Amino acid sequence: MNDFYLMRKNLSRKKLRAILMLVAIFIAFLIFGVLASFQHGFNAGTGLGGTDSRLITVSKINFTQSLPVAHIARIAGVDGVETVAMANWFGGYYQEPSNLLAMYAVDPEPYLKAYRDAYVIAPAERAAFLADRGSLLVPEGLANKYGWKVGDSLPLLSNIFSNKTTNSHRWDFTIAGIIHTAHPDDPQGAILFHHAYFDETVTFGRDKFNWAVERIAPGADGDRIAGAIDLLFANSPSETATQQEKAFNRAFLAQIGNIALIVTLVVSAAFCTILMIVGNTMIMAIRERTKEIAVLKTLGFSRGRILRLVLGEALLLALLGGVPGLLLAVVVDKVALAKLLPGSTMTWPISLTGIGFMLAFGLVTGLAPALNAMRINIAAGLARF
Amino acid sequence: MVGPIIQFSNVSKRFVKGKETITIFDHLDLSIQAGDFVAIMGPSGSGKTTLLNLMGGLDQATEGQITFNGAAISGLSEGQLAAWRAVNVGFIFQFYNLMPMLTAERNVELPLLLTKLSGAERRQRVQAALALVGLRERTGHYPREMSGGQQQRVAIARGIISDPKLLVCDEPTGDLDRATADEVLLMLQTLNQEMGKTIVMVTHDPAAAKYAHRILHLDKGAFTDRELAA
Ligand SMILES: Nc1ncnc2c1ncn2[C@@H]1O[C@H](COP(=O)(O)OP(=O)(O)OP(=O)(O)O)[C@@H](O)[C@H]1O
Ligand SMILES: [Mg+2]
Repeated sequence: MNDFYLMRKNLSRKKLRAILMLVAIFIAFLIFGVLASFQHGFNAGTGLGGTDSRLITVSKINFTQSLPVAHIARIAGVDGVETVAMANWFGGYYQEPSNLLAMYAVDPEPYLKAYRDAYVIAPAERAAFLADRGSLLVPEGLANKYGWKVGDSLPLLSNIFSNKTTNSHRWDFTIAGIIHTAHPDDPQGAILFHHAYFDETVTFGRDKFNWAVERIAPGADGDRIAGAIDLLFANSPSETATQQEKAFNRAFLAQIGNIALIVTLVVSAAFCTILMIVGNTMIMAIRERTKEIAVLKTLGFSRGRILRLVLGEALLLALLGGVPGLLLAVVVDKVALAKLLPGSTMTWPISLTGIGFMLAFGLVTGLAPALNAMRINIAAGLARF
Repeated sequence: MVGPIIQFSNVSKRFVKGKETITIFDHLDLSIQAGDFVAIMGPSGSGKTTLLNLMGGLDQATEGQITFNGAAISGLSEGQLAAWRAVNVGFIFQFYNLMPMLTAERNVELPLLLTKLSGAERRQRVQAALALVGLRERTGHYPREMSGGQQQRVAIARGIISDPKLLVCDEPTGDLDRATADEVLLMLQTLNQEMGKTIVMVTHDPAAAKYAHRILHLDKGAFTDRELAA
């Protein structure tokens, strides 16, 4: 027998109470593990790319609102705009709705021109893409993931639009080429296909685009050009908001950051609630044992030893509940989350943070009861019934 | 005789509660010889438990000196007292005070967690102590599975496991019927006579007090026996 044996025995003396506390801690760390992994996946998918030589124009109302195609020609006329390309969401997926794809319908030539420094595409593949309206370009990462090759025909589905030629959500494509990023760390980008092909087959939403990307002349004043573009459509039914690409990405990230903040707040609130419940339960559990602790002290157990016994019990409780919670989070990540959002994994830093939280949880819930136990007066404790 | 194992000189004990001060002992003298078996009797509230607490180092005197084998224990720090108790005093209570989640064997072993004995030595000692109190076949039982008399015998085994010189017993038979009480008292007598333990026992039961060599009567914090303060 040793102190650890006493901690274990003390913990399991009231089975139902112990189980309820374990379940509460288990759930707290399951939620923590899943959300931390999810957030990791989210952040991994949104590298802060962008350059000052590109502008992004979206609807002033919000960036999911469409703009009329007629805008494009007028933007092209703005002084300092080298090239302008429109782009549309497609809501594409491969085979299963869970295999979501970043996939845009774009003006092929101007779009590639706008991104000429970001994407590297073999000249022959580029030419094949421009020549074939039913073809598309896929980012290297996706091609590797699904084993797609140049020349493959590739049926893809949309969770937004329907195709009137197939009478379904299916579009048939041929892979014309692979997009490589100029720098290995750059964001991978999206599958690109012809806006014209989209426009002539889609059952609704024609002659519209979601956003436009403008390449501006080297050294041109981006803010001035953005202002000039927005001025064109001021007081029209489709007002625009134009920003430098970097700022746009940053604003997008900030929104995700807000979501992450809300998630963090919710998780913290749940965490604190469970912390208080467990802490309170521990205090009561130890108070019930006042007489026994007085007996231990009578036998010669020191104040420090009593403190450690109770703290150890709280730590043991936190680990017994928390570690399985974290392990289940790993399983949830593998089985479900990673399909929704690739990159959602329990990384080592997340696991270690989780273990750190467990130790902190144990110390916080154990400290008050441990100090109470340490201070129990023997004579008064023994006199209790 | 060897000399006093316990000596109270001018001991006062007061409890302060808010503005009120309750004096339990006012300049009390007492000496108990090593190897003695002393019964302390007296009405409820006369200070018997408080006396045992002082003697066993569970509480500190407000004034005066308490010595154990000639060395002062009044003035030791809380930690020093704890270590001193672990070596020198065994405690037996009216309600046994066993740990409910531990078997008889583990309860007896508990004080040995404070020693450096090996696992094998501990087991051997525990078995010997349980055999001594006649509970060799009950080693794996939990307190709730045992009668009051059996629980008290486990408590006695726990009290003697670290081989202390002094056993302090607060109404050890207060919760037991006559026959069981006699068994427990005989056991204490044996420990006194054959193992030389000094025993100080508080009791309300005159029949129990007869097992002692000496009976002291406490009333309102003072001994009423004449021959005492020797
Ligand atoms: N911590 C304390 N604070 C205040 N008063 C106390 C405290 N402990 C004991 N007393 C008082 O001291 C007196 C003696 O108490 P003690 O427990 O020693 O009596 P006792 O002789 O053992 O009584 P009983 O036979 O009922 O066990 C009582 O009046 C009690 O109320
Ligand atoms: Mg008493």
